[in-house]
Amino acid sequence: MNLEPALQRKLIQAVADQVIQHADELVALDQAVGDGDHGLNMKRGFEAVLADVDKISALPTPEALKAVGMALVMKVGGASGPLYGTLFMAMGKGLPGQATLVGVSDAFAAAIDAVKARGKSDVGAKTMLDVLVPLSAVLHQGGAELSARLRACASAAATATVPMKATRGRASFLGERSIGHMDPGARSSELIVHAILGVLEQEEIA
Amino acid sequence: MSKNVGIVIVSHSPDVAKGAADMVRQMVGDDVPLAWCGGAPGGGLGTSVEAIMTAINAAWSEAGVAILVDLGGAETNSEMAIELLPEERRDRVVVCDAPVVEGAVMAGTEASAGSTLEHVRRTAEELRAA
Repeated sequence: MNLEPALQRKLIQAVADQVIQHADELVALDQAVGDGDHGLNMKRGFEAVLADVDKISALPTPEALKAVGMALVMKVGGASGPLYGTLFMAMGKGLPGQATLVGVSDAFAAAIDAVKARGKSDVGAKTMLDVLVPLSAVLHQGGAELSARLRACASAAATATVPMKATRGRASFLGERSIGHMDPGARSSELIVHAILGVLEQEEIA
Repeated sequence: MSKNVGIVIVSHSPDVAKGAADMVRQMVGDDVPLAWCGGAPGGGLGTSVEAIMTAINAAWSEAGVAILVDLGGAETNSEMAIELLPEERRDRVVVCDAPVVEGAVMAGTEASAGSTLEHVRRTAEELRAA
């Protein structure tokens, strides 16, 4: 499947803007449970993506996703670089030839498996996976008002990380004290998904 | 090129990485290829996949390279860096599950005896349970 360069540019711009605008909030969330760098790291990564937006948007969609992923891998500077980088790169690798919901859903599921392997983690450890995995289930179901349901799912899933105890990442050092704070990676996943859906709704694709 | 296993030290802090490398150097002199990196791309605490790849290449040995890391992101970024290496090098680089300073000194000392990569890794990882 292949998206128009103009749409790819809008998607990249929207996701990058969203992450950069919420950098302070992500820093604050990460200060509560980690080392406080998630917002700045993600901002640096997406600024690097934006610097290449002309080149990346012109690429075929699988290559564009890989390029976004590689920029994040190289520029983020924390574990979220390889984790989000792997998500985008694996998504690019798994995209179906024809744009179908089943194909995209399968590619997303495969990309999540790659993130699990990269982070040696799974659902319930208070990470981005606690947002991505429920989203994958909703996407797989398909059906009416999919975009609204995906939005709601992302927000509910991010909120659901608040009472969780972290068992992966820097937050796991806090043990019980990680309970009561939203996971910054879950929040950044929610933000990214909302930005993508915003563009697709605007373009009346979703 | 040295026949001994190379050592790479990856810390979020360039000061820690350099300090650990100084301690290894004091033990093993120039018998072991050694490189370190620390800090996020563009500065600040963190680790850089690109810098880790450069360090692996700088400490390259046909016997392989053992990487010592400090915290989560350093490990994830090191694993990512290994995956991005040319295929013929990928299988000869390992990330040791060991404390960065003590692990680097132990691994470096073991490497200077001409031990295999697996042996170097095991020696560093013995520190885990201690």
